[in-house]
Amino acid sequence: MWSFFHKLGSPPWLYRISGSILRWLLPLTIVALFAGAVWGLLFTPPDFRQGNSYRIIYIHVPAAVVALAGYYVMAIAGAISLIWKMKMADVALRASAPIGAALTFIALVTGAIWGKPTWGTWWVWDARITSMLILLFLYLGIIALYEAYDNKEAAGKACAVLALVGTVNIPIIYKSVDWWYSLHQPASIKFTGESTIDPSMLYPLLFMITAFYALFTCCLLLNMRAELLSRERRTGWIARLVAESR
Amino acid sequence: MYFDSFQAALSMDGHGTYVWVAYAITLAVLAWIVIAPRRRARNTLTQLADEARRQEGAAAKAKGEEVNT
Repeated sequence: MWSFFHKLGSPPWLYRISGSILRWLLPLTIVALFAGAVWGLLFTPPDFRQGNSYRIIYIHVPAAVVALAGYYVMAIAGAISLIWKMKMADVALRASAPIGAALTFIALVTGAIWGKPTWGTWWVWDARITSMLILLFLYLGIIALYEAYDNKEAAGKACAVLALVGTVNIPIIYKSVDWWYSLHQPASIKFTGESTIDPSMLYPLLFMITAFYALFTCCLLLNMRAELLSRERRTGWIARLVAESR
Repeated sequence: MYFDSFQAALSMDGHGTYVWVAYAITLAVLAWIVIAPRRRARNTLTQLADEARRQEGAAAKAKGEEVNT
């Protein structure tokens, strides 16, 4: 158990293992994303009330779900780097912010495009949408805060604190559709009780959510590798890596 | 397949533009978050390889001068 943590804290080990994971996970994820998109776009029945516009659900919901999950990853990484000063946790925090920002952006934009034919408007200052916009600003804020410091150790600390403070927004996003009267529909998939979505739509949706999780994992590893290469550029293992690749 | 023709799949009873534009934007953003870190890693590696080559060159030159004197 402890040796695993030791390895996890070792940059060369993480670089090597992430390389061998990405070699099969990334192609598999890309194929799954395309397959899931085709499934949702062409092989599912239309919604009885919304018609075909609902097909945006197959990218909107996975992007939103994983954008929130990404925030957990970032906040937990922040907590670990603050408490145990683990260098790799700081790398993970820095690596997850741009992916989270991109996924939140996708959720907001596809939501706006879905809203136009369904609600008749691109945007409303509704609780769910506004709290998602705050999530986007939190992600962007962490990226900007990191860049603002010359001292990267101080930058990591400040970002970790901001990430932890920002977690207050997460339950607000989850509960926003129940707490406030909202244009946004409540969740159709429930862990407890019966889901209010037909299996013919549920399965492709769950498939896409899984594929988006896999993509998040791939991008997290890719970003961590890029970050490790640039942070550890003066170390022996990178010099050996460069020598091997020449 | 749910749609009868390619045309029907494109128009989606009037919702086609919304749906296809949403998917296109998503594809573009996802492609970017996969490509950007790979490019950054490759740039760092080529930069370090260049540095190593330059250092080797400088070392060889210094050695050569030593022999001459």
